[in-house]
Amino acid sequence: MELCGLTIHELQDKLRAGETTSAEITASVLKRIDAVETEVRAYITLMRESAIEEAARADEAILRGEIKALTGIPIALKDIFCTKGVRTTCGSRILHNFVPPYDGTVVEKLRAAGAVITGKTNMDEFAMGSSTETSFFGVTRNPWDLTRIPGGSSGGSAAAVAADECIASLGSDTGGSIRQPAALCGVVGLKPTYGRVSRYGLIAFASSLDQIGPFTKDVEDCAILMNVISGYDPRESTSVPEDVPDYRAFLGRGIEGWRVGIPKEYFIDGIDPEVEAAIREAIRVVEKAGARCIEVSLPHTDYCVAVYYIVAPAEASSNLARYDGVKYGFRSEDNRDLLDMYKKTRSAGFGEEVKRRIMIGTYALSSGYYDAYYRKASQVRALIKRDFEQAFADCDCILTPTSPTPAFKIGEKTDDPMQMYLSDIFTISANLAGIPGISVPCGYTKSGLPIGVQFLAGHFQEGRLIQFASAYETHAKIEKRRPAL
Amino acid sequence: MEYEPVIGLEVHAQLLTNTKIFCGCSTKFGATPNTHTCPVCLGMPGVLPVLNKKVVEFMMKMALATHCTINGECNFARKNYFYPDLPKGYQISQYASPPAEHGWIEMEIDGGKKRIGITRIHMEEDAGKLLHDEHNPVSHVDLNRTGVPLIEIVSEPDIRGAEEAAAYLRRLHEILVYLEICDGNMEEGSFRCDANVSLRPRGTETFGTRTELKNMNSFRNVQRAIEYEIKRQAYVLDSGSAVVQETRLWDDTAGVTHSMRSKEEAHDYRYFPDPDLVPVVIDDAWIEAVLNTLPELPLEKRERFVREYQIPAYDAGVLTASRSLADYYEEVVRLSGQPKIASNWVMGDVLRFLNEDKKEIRACPIAPAALAEMIRLIQDGTISGKMAKEVSEAMYRTGKAPGAIIEEKGLVQITDEGALAGMISEIIGKNPAQTAQYREGKEKVFGFFVGQVMKATGGKANPQVINDLLKKMLAGTE
Ligand SMILES: [Zn+2]
Repeated sequence: MELCGLTIHELQDKLRAGETTSAEITASVLKRIDAVETEVRAYITLMRESAIEEAARADEAILRGEIKALTGIPIALKDIFCTKGVRTTCGSRILHNFVPPYDGTVVEKLRAAGAVITGKTNMDEFAMGSSTETSFFGVTRNPWDLTRIPGGSSGGSAAAVAADECIASLGSDTGGSIRQPAALCGVVGLKPTYGRVSRYGLIAFASSLDQIGPFTKDVEDCAILMNVISGYDPRESTSVPEDVPDYRAFLGRGIEGWRVGIPKEYFIDGIDPEVEAAIREAIRVVEKAGARCIEVSLPHTDYCVAVYYIVAPAEASSNLARYDGVKYGFRSEDNRDLLDMYKKTRSAGFGEEVKRRIMIGTYALSSGYYDAYYRKASQVRALIKRDFEQAFADCDCILTPTSPTPAFKIGEKTDDPMQMYLSDIFTISANLAGIPGISVPCGYTKSGLPIGVQFLAGHFQEGRLIQFASAYETHAKIEKRRPAL
Repeated sequence: MEYEPVIGLEVHAQLLTNTKIFCGCSTKFGATPNTHTCPVCLGMPGVLPVLNKKVVEFMMKMALATHCTINGECNFARKNYFYPDLPKGYQISQYASPPAEHGWIEMEIDGGKKRIGITRIHMEEDAGKLLHDEHNPVSHVDLNRTGVPLIEIVSEPDIRGAEEAAAYLRRLHEILVYLEICDGNMEEGSFRCDANVSLRPRGTETFGTRTELKNMNSFRNVQRAIEYEIKRQAYVLDSGSAVVQETRLWDDTAGVTHSMRSKEEAHDYRYFPDPDLVPVVIDDAWIEAVLNTLPELPLEKRERFVREYQIPAYDAGVLTASRSLADYYEEVVRLSGQPKIASNWVMGDVLRFLNEDKKEIRACPIAPAALAEMIRLIQDGTISGKMAKEVSEAMYRTGKAPGAIIEEKGLVQITDEGALAGMISEIIGKNPAQTAQYREGKEKVFGFFVGQVMKATGGKANPQVINDLLKKMLAGTE
């Protein structure tokens, strides 16, 4: 196996043993990028030179015996994280030339942990999408089938890990944007509790829903990255000063006697039969591992998509107001006056989906409509949160499909926003409730597309989630395949 | 028809915190454009606000000083609109749940007292400034002011005239400055006022259609603008038309208000709770702690001065115009034990010198102890009141102690009766004609003798002693 195909913990063992160097690992990743990137198109901006320099510095540190949590490991970042001196586009024309003057908190943490940053990955524009098709920089292709989407919005980060174009990556999840592409690309993706990982430096889509999380090749790597990125940040008011446990300590503990909730509302018409079969199989696996599956009810499930498509666009309509052509980013030319500049800049700078959501959100907050839409949605959101609290009184974690279908064809849903919105039907609720969720590979379709299973737990139960996912991973023994690129 | 004006004021006061409301940048006025900025107040992608606790405390001080109820929990909300001086495209303000409401202030009007209700006080961030190029069609944006903390103080529509509005504004200004939470500088924009004005036929209860007046940057302009607007609305109504609900700008030079935008053009600010900030929780212990830091407020101080120092209300008003002036006066009283004399000197010479030099009391070269010492020297007869005038002026110019000045100028008063009696008998002896006139009842010549004694002593004789001696000696009893 090439170095780029290994996990963080496997590479760390080799680095510690002196069997390889970060320079070799980084070279392997860059070589892989050279080989497959023209087909996958996972990256918007590659950071080749700085990655090589960082690898050299990591090797010096290793020689001095200073090995930190991610020393020398090549990691990719969704292009939604502000990186000092490195263009950060958020997949949008309006930020196509934006170079942040600062590093976001997670970027600082990765650097402090010794990571080698390989580049900035492709995404749906402003994270609005489930397929990475709304990116101004073109679509990323699913490494398992280049005619299909990788999921979204963090499609580039998921595809880069699946294609071995990095060892692990970070994404952001507002309604499923980590878990859904993780499922569609056959990797592990975790969305932590709202407030667990600092959002400072994460370009906001919907502030009350956005959360940062890792894409990794296995659950152990997920725990390693969570150890690095979690924790209270005084620069974020919604950050929670809750202790961060050592997530690796939850690996391999077993789930004997756990009660696993299976929400009856999540097995609906329209779910792909192969996905449903894989999930039924996953239920059998966790039972074999000693857990007991029980039916639970999340009665407000039907409202999740509706609530989400009011709350998220409303917040987005305000968050995206700063892109006005005045201070940074794209500005239209030949403007008659200020209003003309605003209109032309924003009309040409934003893509169709972003504009659609700004319009929806603006409408939902307008005087006369606020009570019927935004306020009502906020009230229903509280009920959705309560559903989970009541469910977790009866079970330790919840098991659901991650996505109702495997990866769909590029262009298949671009003309039908409602169909596109339904790809997040199982993931949105965790964002509305603020709880953590993880997607773990649980098999393949006959045509060889990956399928993911989602586990959900209560607030700040990432440790238990990792414990559960690790046990599942061990017992499921899903065949390790590599996309044929 | 006779109309009654109904006026409510919205005041924005910049708070004197060292740093901005949601980031660590300095709030100092007058720096090079865009130097007091950081990613947060520049509205960069990905940044988040963190509330400066001092802002909450300053808001609480004003709330307590104006008898507001402080709510246990309040939220920040986003006020969405586009303008180049607003880098995020929204202002972080407070909307549905204000931190303080239902207050009042009391003021003296036409000898009586009147209460004006305070609807609410809330916290928000200031916007930046546009600097328009005079020669080219470009504008520059200075974001130093972006994120400077403000409190907005909204009054009830309790004000009934332009003069009353100005009086209310002065009271509010005075309280803010007393609390040391706002420098009150209207020209630099740290104290700004908008006015809502409507008219109704006198004796009726329903409110008329109101206009909102903006761009009034002095107390005088607020008064003038409201006076103008009352006349304008009365004219509109008398001519059978209706007042249009709109925002109007005061034009200082022309002395008129101009329509800026109508109700139809008004912004829909799409307020909603800011998801980047958590609710502000204010418990009783915090309120108590802030309450303990509140200084005595101007009105209370004024009343205490009248009561405690037995000085006229007018004097008390002058002496409490600022906290530092009141402190100065009280220190002079403490050291001299002479409240009335101290008030005469502070209100007279001291304030006159300062006004001439446009200086603040803090910068006064005469220390309270020096002034008290001078008062003591007058009291014990060392110098006369007339001499004291000369002494105080010299103290102000040189900053020296009164004793040193008296010595330098040789100003010590002659009070030795023996020495003066000798001098007086000599003068009586030399002026037999005038002495005879006086003894015949022509008391007018008494002044002549006083003048002669003063001349002989170079003006240093104690006038009281001269009076007494002259009377006795001219009467021939001695
Ligand atoms: Zn700042």
